[in-house]
Amino acid sequence: MLRLDGLELAQGDFRLRADLEIPGGTSVALLGPSGGGKSTLLAGIAGFLKPQSGQVLWDGRDLGPLPPGQRPISVLFQDNNLFPHLSALQNVVLGLRPTLRPRQEERARASDALARVGLAGLEERRPAQLSGGQQARAALARVLVQERPLVLMDEPFGALGPALKAEMLDLTREVLVRRAATILMVTHDPDDAAALAEMVVVVAEGQAEAPRPTGAVLADPPPALRAYLGERG
Amino acid sequence: MPKLPGLVAAVLVAGLCLGTLLPLLRVGQGGLATADWAAFRFTVLQALLSAGLSVGLAVPVARALARRVFPGRRLLVTLLGAPFLLPVIVAVMGLLALFGRGGLLNDALGALGLPRVSIYGLHGVVIAHLFLNLPLATRLILQGWLDIPAERFRLAATLNAPIGPLLEQPMLRSVLPGAFAAIFALCLTSFSVALILGGGPRATTVELAIYQAIRFEADFSGAAQLALLQYAICGLAAGLALWLSPRALGGAGLGRAVERWDAKGLMARIADMAWIGLACLFLVLPLGLAVLNGLGGLADLPDGVAGAALRSILVALGATAMTLILALALAFQGGTLAQLAGALPLAASSLVLGTGLLLVVRPFVALSSVALPVTALVDALVALPFALRALSPALAEVEARHGRLADALGLTGLSRLRIVVLPLLRPVLGFAAGLGSALSMGNLGVIALFGGEGQETLPLLMALLMGAYRMDAAAGVGLLILALALLLFWAFDRGGRLHAAP
Amino acid sequence: MKRTLAATLAVAAAPVLAQDKPVLTVLTYDSFTSEWGPGPAVETAFEAECGCDLRFVAAGDGAALLARLQLEGATTEADVVLGLDANLIAAARDTGLFAAHGQVPSLDLPVEWSDDTFLPFDWGWFSVVGRKDGPSPKSFRELAESDASIVIEDPRSSTPGLGLVLWMEAAYGEEAPAIWAALADNIVTVTPGWTEAYNLFLEGEADLVLSYTTSPAYHLIAEQDAGYVALPFGEGHYLQVEVAGTVASTDQPELADRFLTFMLSDGFQGVIPTTNWMYPAVTPASGLPEGFESMRPETTLYLPPDDVAPLREPSIEAWRTALSQ
Repeated sequence: MLRLDGLELAQGDFRLRADLEIPGGTSVALLGPSGGGKSTLLAGIAGFLKPQSGQVLWDGRDLGPLPPGQRPISVLFQDNNLFPHLSALQNVVLGLRPTLRPRQEERARASDALARVGLAGLEERRPAQLSGGQQARAALARVLVQERPLVLMDEPFGALGPALKAEMLDLTREVLVRRAATILMVTHDPDDAAALAEMVVVVAEGQAEAPRPTGAVLADPPPALRAYLGERG
Repeated sequence: MPKLPGLVAAVLVAGLCLGTLLPLLRVGQGGLATADWAAFRFTVLQALLSAGLSVGLAVPVARALARRVFPGRRLLVTLLGAPFLLPVIVAVMGLLALFGRGGLLNDALGALGLPRVSIYGLHGVVIAHLFLNLPLATRLILQGWLDIPAERFRLAATLNAPIGPLLEQPMLRSVLPGAFAAIFALCLTSFSVALILGGGPRATTVELAIYQAIRFEADFSGAAQLALLQYAICGLAAGLALWLSPRALGGAGLGRAVERWDAKGLMARIADMAWIGLACLFLVLPLGLAVLNGLGGLADLPDGVAGAALRSILVALGATAMTLILALALAFQGGTLAQLAGALPLAASSLVLGTGLLLVVRPFVALSSVALPVTALVDALVALPFALRALSPALAEVEARHGRLADALGLTGLSRLRIVVLPLLRPVLGFAAGLGSALSMGNLGVIALFGGEGQETLPLLMALLMGAYRMDAAAGVGLLILALALLLFWAFDRGGRLHAAP
Repeated sequence: MKRTLAATLAVAAAPVLAQDKPVLTVLTYDSFTSEWGPGPAVETAFEAECGCDLRFVAAGDGAALLARLQLEGATTEADVVLGLDANLIAAARDTGLFAAHGQVPSLDLPVEWSDDTFLPFDWGWFSVVGRKDGPSPKSFRELAESDASIVIEDPRSSTPGLGLVLWMEAAYGEEAPAIWAALADNIVTVTPGWTEAYNLFLEGEADLVLSYTTSPAYHLIAEQDAGYVALPFGEGHYLQVEVAGTVASTDQPELADRFLTFMLSDGFQGVIPTTNWMYPAVTPASGLPEGFESMRPETTLYLPPDDVAPLREPSIEAWRTALSQ
């Protein structure tokens, strides 16, 4: 269970407050207008941003003292999820251990993960030799081998076309949700939320609200979200 | 990233640059003499003239390059970057072949029955600095022209507005001071040029006076005081340069020409081509002569040349390794302190630095056994500012792009360096290494003070041959230096880019 | 890879490693060791009798030797310094780096010699040298008033340069700075050493050069060219005595002593006139070669070492100041 206890984050002049709980194994969409604080919240949870006050707790444990790499967290960014100078396999292996020379069983695990996201046989390709969709898959494969209970996704498939994006969301659900990982995905698209998330946290005007079931939020958006969604709401 | 190595590097660089003054100052006392102030005045005067002429002449050349398209233009622009790698002593040799007593110019004057001209003295020093810096000035100003968005030229053309006062003059006002200050600073610490072309006490730079104080008089405290004077002038120049914010040395986008609707007239075309032609002649002739004489001199290469070449290469490689380590540590450190430490060697007297170091180690080892390592260390410091300037922005970009991913994967410390940073910096590291090794290969520097028998580097061997008036052999060695400097640069630069990620 | 590097380093360090015989290192000036200088003949002759390896290390011109030695201090590898001159003796003694020679030589010098640290090996008169058909001023004053051009040596690095400064001092005293100022526009350039100056002169960069009365002998005897002359100056000519001394920190004191003794024997002195083109400190049995003494000055100017000591730095500074304007 992820708990944000009186969390207050600051980035420049911008301030974001969050005080909420997300049950373990849930997939949650962080929904809201640009500049509302979605990415700031994610950065705070991941450990890229030091809180002004409050705590980030995972299963009751304060994550504050832990650097990003030691938190029980995997992250998928908007872009630059792969190191351009490493092969797909090396990129995935980095999810296991900081090495460029994996042991036999590490290679096997990474290969396996790549196969599960549909990249069998492409282990030695570099990112530049992969299509956009294949790059997203490789990044997902790394999240898989990391086997961390909490996965943060910051509009991870934003650069992909609609069909590819849908495909990737399906894949994500298939490989991660089934594994009972807790997923936090930033998105500005309510369709993404509908496709992947059981619950929605509305983030707007410097405030993250408590999670509510996706269907309920989309059917009856709160005022801040309604303004953003426009007539759709 | 860990900050400790950066702090250590900053302290080390500052300690080497400033701390080496202490053992010198301790050795004796006495103020600066009248002639030292004359050296100071000459240094500033020649630097002002060199910078002023370089920038002044670069304006028409850069304008011509900016608005004309002709075959070979790209090659010419690339060549403008070459003098920076050119060993100064080889450049001076080429200039002597053109302007010297037995040079082409005097032969022509003699054939016409005109009096011969001498290249020794102030004008010789300024001509050499012009040769070395005109290309740099041209590149900086050309960059200014090409940074003016094409739309503005189109807008001016549709409005039939005068381009000069509207676009060019404001650009020049913002670019020229920075270019001037950068070249002024580079000319202030000139040593080899003044050593060969200076004509006695009347044409002595501060750095040359330092050399003479150490080499001729063993007047270490005098040398240290002159070094302090040099820090003061360079500090002022650097402050000036920083304040006037010169542009980076990058050459991105210099390949294109600005599309222009003015200056279509025949006269303007002729004038532009004349400027380009003259600049080419001034830059290519001495170089060509140096190469030509060098080819002729290859048969006269002295016995010691293979050993000297080997020592030069080892010194260059050692210096390059140290430059890269220091530059990386400082680049990781970042911030004002690191920038300051990285810029300090620009103002330092490499001769004082070397002498100070040698005085420190003198009680423990024979000087002849450390002369080459000290030379390498000093060369490393000389190249540091340029390496740092190339590395810092590249590192910042790597961190901006991949820093969070590396954080998220727990890649910190050495494993981050090994897995992420170094591989991604490889092209820049290759470039910096190429630059550093080429500079070291051509640097006469400290070894001129302490090189014992069997310790000559190629530049020292060349200087000794020139002193003994064995000009053919010296030209041959010069060609070898040039070839090795370019080869090292090419190998490192190429090696860095090979198989690098796009 | 490692092996290649080690081999490379071994080659680079080879001169240091390959030694079995005792080595005597002599620090001297450039022209002494050049192939046409005395170096090669002296090396062959001394090695034939000493069973040692005589190694010359050249470090610029005479005066620069002293600076080099001061820089290296007691860690220097030099056992003997050869090529300082009488004008530098006081400064050299002050460094405390030299040992007494303990010899009582019989010398053929135009001046008395009783120094216990430094032994003369040759001597000569400084002179302005020109071409037969070129300008021929009869004094520094006349030179300053003419438009003849001259190359001189730097008094801080070169013994002829220092000699010239003291020559001016001995001849003109208080007036010297004014003469220097008047000479400034005749001076094409100032070189760090004699070799550079003489080469520039030979290349035609200047009409005149500061050298020795015996320089024309080189052209006459070695090149059969009578086209060069030493110009007699009315002020008189300053005398140079070139000396050698043992470095106190030497690890070969016996060998160094032996070298100094050899230095005053025929094996060394005999080659001096036609290789160093100076008067030998002990006239060899064979005498001086034909045509060696083309010009003998009427007046000799000479400041003994103790008189030079207080004058050297101020007169060099006056020279630098006059020429830097």
